[in-house]
Amino acid sequence: MANPKLVERPLSPHLQIYRPMLTMMMSIVHRITGMALYGGTLLLAWWLVAAASGPKAFDTAQWVFGSWIGKLVLFGYTWALLHHMFGGIRHFVWDMGRGFEHPAREYSARAALAGSIVVTILIWLVAMLAR
Amino acid sequence: MHSKSSLRTPLARVRGLGSAKSGTGHFWKQRLSALALVPLSIAFIWLVAQLAGADHGQAVAIISSPLTGILLLLFLLSGLVHMRIGMQVVIEDYVHQEGAKVLCLMANTFFTIAVGFACVYAVLKISFGM
Repeated sequence: MANPKLVERPLSPHLQIYRPMLTMMMSIVHRITGMALYGGTLLLAWWLVAAASGPKAFDTAQWVFGSWIGKLVLFGYTWALLHHMFGGIRHFVWDMGRGFEHPAREYSARAALAGSIVVTILIWLVAMLAR
Repeated sequence: MHSKSSLRTPLARVRGLGSAKSGTGHFWKQRLSALALVPLSIAFIWLVAQLAGADHGQAVAIISSPLTGILLLLFLLSGLVHMRIGMQVVIEDYVHQEGAKVLCLMANTFFTIAVGFACVYAVLKISFGM
């Protein structure tokens, strides 16, 4: 080579190179919701152990989950669970070798995102109206 | 690695290097638990919605019904399997330093077992009578 100085070239495109796309964001959010659900099992464990401990501990847990911040966390948890579930269903379709083409993968991404939001709101409406 | 002049056959060179027969085990476990979790998560959401704002007596009455308890335990077990191997992949993707990676993988297993035993113990205690 004539020029011995090494030119810094990008080795491969990475996150900061790509323009954010829906399919890519869905993939990232799938992983984030998975980790959120992982951490959220601590809340489930606390709630179940409180129920097994007795009325006093359970009332405390129910009070925390019934507060506005508790409800906000549970609302987010519902959405994370549904988003991860719809994302998982997309993976099942891909496992069958289908849905990789351009329009199909965009449609399924939008359907999963819209579905997760709509079903979360529906569940909370039904749960609140049933009270 | 091996020059072309090696006396070893191509088969002998690759033997023991791959994960023949067991390489799909992780993938299969992930998908099987995911498939189980689709109906079980719906049942779980339905259960939690029922228990919103319930007092202790009502909650115990609902959880201790056999069908509810069994569904809740199935949800917990498939969820625990699923979340443990899911977090394992995340750790393997992002933690590259060997010692830290092994520690994270151990912590992942301990977390799963601790949370799992707490949940299962609580459900069984409620189910078999407070």
